[in-house]
Amino acid sequence: MADPMRIRAQASGDKAVVRVLMSHEMETGQRKDSAGKTIPAWHIIDVTATHNGKQVLSAEWGPSVSKNPFLQFTIKGAKAGDKVAVTWKDNRGETRTDEATVS
Amino acid sequence: MQNRRETLKQSLADAGLLGATGLFPQYALAFNKPAFDAKTIADALKAYGAAAPAESKEVTLTAPDIAENGAVVPVAAATTLPGIKSILLLVEKNPNALSAKFDVSDAVEANFATRVKMGQTSDVYAVAVTADGKAFYAKKEVKVTLGGCGG
Repeated sequence: MADPMRIRAQASGDKAVVRVLMSHEMETGQRKDSAGKTIPAWHIIDVTATHNGKQVLSAEWGPSVSKNPFLQFTIKGAKAGDKVAVTWKDNRGETRTDEATVS
Repeated sequence: MQNRRETLKQSLADAGLLGATGLFPQYALAFNKPAFDAKTIADALKAYGAAAPAESKEVTLTAPDIAENGAVVPVAAATTLPGIKSILLLVEKNPNALSAKFDVSDAVEANFATRVKMGQTSDVYAVAVTADGKAFYAKKEVKVTLGGCGG
């Protein structure tokens, strides 16, 4: 199982800035190992975020997003105490969801 | 018009190709594989059904002038245009141009930041696609001193 994400959601005015740091290898499928064999691609393909259970963002990622990806987005109308959850899914079918509270 | 036999043959050939590259068709249905396999920006946009993009001042792309490490290049894309459906981040000279696509809903601002890998010095594009298929872009050249693709 992958390591947990670090999510920080900070309210400012009537919106909240959410910063997410995911833990993922993000292998491109372009690199070769020491034996000259191509390392198969292994990366996050799908990211979704929910605000109090309602989906607000979905994103599709290719292998060219950096290792241990960072994502920042802004939710309108979010206030302190609201729940923000982020889910990713990779091309091996693994998935992880983590939740944070807006502060 | 393809008959059944040709379709079968074609899908077998496709499976062979996928197997050869190590990319098995295990992706979720939502993942737009043609777009992420596209080599050029025009092809990637076509895969999302968007028109040829026009440059716009209302799309902003924030990226460094020089990236010392091509494996971690911070980029941010934002737009003030109304009726935006999605924002795409593309790196022109990467093996596959498309890096990320963000779907904008009413509840989020059209303003995203992430980090991408860049194989070499190249133009980075932020493309905003409106609900009616129009596309607007902003671009910026980022110089890479150490590539982030390959080993």
